[in-house]
Amino acid sequence: MVSEVRNNPSAVLRVEHLSMKFGGLIAINDLNFEAKRGDITALIGPNGAGKTTVFNCITGFYKPTEGMLTMTRQNGEEYLLERMADFVITKKAKVARTFQNIRLFSGLTVLENLLVAQHNPLMLSSGYTILGLLGFPTYKKAAADAIEKARFWLQKINLIDRADDPAGDLPYGAQRRLEIARAMCTDPELLCLDEPAAGLNARESAELNQLLLSIRDETGTSIILIEHDMSVVMEISDHVVVLEYGTKISDGTPASVKNDPKVIAAYLGVEDEEVVELIEHAAATGADDITAAVDLLSTEAIQEITETHPEAPAAATAEAAAKPAGPAIKAGATANALAAPRGGTPDNLTLIKGIGPVNERRLNEHGIFHFDQIAAWKKADVIAAEAYLAFDGRIAREDWIGQAKKLAKESQGKPAAKKTGGAK
Amino acid sequence: MADIQSSGQDSVYVKAAREAVITGIIAFGLFFLVIGFRTDQNINNELVLAQRWGLLAIFVAVAAIGRFIFAAFITPSREQAKLAKSKVPAAAKIDRRSLKATVSRFGLALLFTYPFVVILILALIQFAVTGQWSFQSGVQGSLKYVDNFGIQILIYVMLAWGLNIVVGLAGLLDLGYVAFYAVGAYSYALLSAHFGLSFWLLLPMAGIFAATWGIVLGFPVLRLRGDYLAIVTLAFGEIIRLVLINWTVVTKGTFGISGIAKATLFGIPFTPGPTGFAAMFGLPNSGVYYKIFLYYLILFLALLTAWVTIRLRRMPIGRAWEALREDEIACRSLGINTTTTKLTAFATGAMFGGFAGSFFAARQGFVSPESFVFLESAIILAIVVLGGMGSLIGIAIAAAVMIGGTELLRELEFLKLIFGNDFTPELYRMLLFGLAMIVVMVWKPRGFVGNREPSAFLHERKMISSEFTKEGHG
Repeated sequence: MVSEVRNNPSAVLRVEHLSMKFGGLIAINDLNFEAKRGDITALIGPNGAGKTTVFNCITGFYKPTEGMLTMTRQNGEEYLLERMADFVITKKAKVARTFQNIRLFSGLTVLENLLVAQHNPLMLSSGYTILGLLGFPTYKKAAADAIEKARFWLQKINLIDRADDPAGDLPYGAQRRLEIARAMCTDPELLCLDEPAAGLNARESAELNQLLLSIRDETGTSIILIEHDMSVVMEISDHVVVLEYGTKISDGTPASVKNDPKVIAAYLGVEDEEVVELIEHAAATGADDITAAVDLLSTEAIQEITETHPEAPAAATAEAAAKPAGPAIKAGATANALAAPRGGTPDNLTLIKGIGPVNERRLNEHGIFHFDQIAAWKKADVIAAEAYLAFDGRIAREDWIGQAKKLAKESQGKPAAKKTGGAK
Repeated sequence: MADIQSSGQDSVYVKAAREAVITGIIAFGLFFLVIGFRTDQNINNELVLAQRWGLLAIFVAVAAIGRFIFAAFITPSREQAKLAKSKVPAAAKIDRRSLKATVSRFGLALLFTYPFVVILILALIQFAVTGQWSFQSGVQGSLKYVDNFGIQILIYVMLAWGLNIVVGLAGLLDLGYVAFYAVGAYSYALLSAHFGLSFWLLLPMAGIFAATWGIVLGFPVLRLRGDYLAIVTLAFGEIIRLVLINWTVVTKGTFGISGIAKATLFGIPFTPGPTGFAAMFGLPNSGVYYKIFLYYLILFLALLTAWVTIRLRRMPIGRAWEALREDEIACRSLGINTTTTKLTAFATGAMFGGFAGSFFAARQGFVSPESFVFLESAIILAIVVLGGMGSLIGIAIAAAVMIGGTELLRELEFLKLIFGNDFTPELYRMLLFGLAMIVVMVWKPRGFVGNREPSAFLHERKMISSEFTKEGHG
């Protein structure tokens, strides 16, 4: 996947191994995709999937924790966006964006909004203000050209009659169009639109589609858009990338994405009881395990969907089925791992405070079934266990070994310890 | 219809009278102990109770009459004006705009002829009183009006126009603007005292020094917004003042620097000697010529500030300032370097503060840290806010009202007849300031001229209502 991305010369933007963490929250997790030149690429996913975070990383408003964002311009220049300041990305790499909550200069006129967007070329032609202040003709000509360009875009977005009104006075749909026109006035090669159809009615939404298609066809600008309105996405996009919980779950043409069971699962969601179960899992095992729990549930959901939609492609199902293979000991196990529980029945490890069902499953996978095994852990074993449990210092902090010793003693006293289901 | 109208009018007066009585009672209750009695010590150090019924009566009467006038005349007329305004057709609005242009042209003409108009009026008054025509007496009498009113107001107009670039256009709240004024004044005072450089050389240098300090202030406050920005700029103003007080080797501390060289008119000094201005033009000796010269100098500097501001607003940098005031994040998304944009705003504003400072030093002939206290910053900012952020005409009017009003208080000797001999009206200037601010903020929350003029237009230039413009986030 990655090598394919790297070698593709027609990509205008390549996103490789992009990760963004806010403290403990992983907003984007190892995301790879590419946007082809002259394409409209749609980025979709449920709320909170990390779409806007991807945009903020591309346009420099966030510095990604990891990863590489390569912008290739038409003239072949390559820019690594993650290393550039936000305004330099627009100025040099020619990436422009709009915002989810419209950010127009509401006290400036519609025309002025478009002139502000041409700041950098105008700044040059005004000799960094000095020549312009002295009334040199180069600036006068550039200013007239800038107004002509603004007029062109105003005609295109149908706002020429309102050019001298304040931008804050426009109706919502017009403000959305104006924001797109303003972004286009920076001469971008990649236009990032954050929910351009949000709050538009059906007619306005159709007009927006026409506008975006004409931008793509007439100016050759590539477009990435975040959108919830599926009619927009399916109608105009050439390529769709689906995000859920910060990871890519599907990538392809609109038609193929539409039938992907993972996408359907993400959009239809899992059933309510399962969500409750998920929250209980999370509460019992600590927040670290939430991704594992989500994995579990989404595989279940896919199972259900494939049962109800037998025509859907089976690729995801195969992967899901292949997952829990059996109690084979995985790599990185601790020294005292067993191939199978003694006497066929493992101890209920969840009795140890801090071990939930998911961790118990992981421990079992790594050959830990009994309290005395944990009780016998040495420092190296703890480190090894922490590696696959993805904990730092939690085993020591919660004194798993001490708890296990006590429980091991108890279970020796009462060989048939009663198995309780819950964590506490 | 007619009698309904008249009965409505009657009821307005009745209502107003009732309100006036109530107001009078409230005022009496409030002021009874505060104004009516005064504790004093007599010669034997005994506490005596002085009764001031007359003063109390004046206070109560002022409150009651004021309320009556307000309720009977001002409120109905305002309502009528509002009613009329909603009926005004579009054509009348255009008339208003051309009226505005006429007013500003007339104002400019008045500014240029002000000293001569004052001289003429004073001479005419002299003529009316004594019956003999003496132009020279008008010249002598004009000193006070040119200096105290003309020059003083224009200094504040210029300072406020300079601060307007930072606060009004870029939306960066600067409470330490007087620091740049101080930098300009001290650069002129020190460099002319130590190196004997002329005013005309030091004027631009003072501007450059102040602009440098503007950038020095700008760097640490780039990331700050709103209240935090205001506090840091305020601290900066105080730091400059404290340095001026404590760096006695250079600045002579609180003693200040005196005997600063005067400005010259192309090398012609304003001195009484044979090479002086008066002798060269064959005029009788007088200090007025220097004042009139200073008046035109500050007028020129203020108009330069206005001209540059107007030009800059049509440049990309000026639009970027205003865009920065509206939305900084959107600015960055359009490839505008907000760092340099903010720094240029600070530097440009500071430069005009520096010009005004060097003029101030040349006019006073003496500078001391006392002239650059926080109150000055507050007054300048108040003028900008009162005038309407971003509006040059509004700010000029605000400066004339606030500074002229303060000066006018000194002239109101007749108030002593009402409030007693130990009443000094100029001590109440802060009260006037506060009242004016409250009145303007209630009446026009965005200042005298809250509307914004667009910097470019396609079909016609429409004023932008203040409800759309933002104040900036600091």
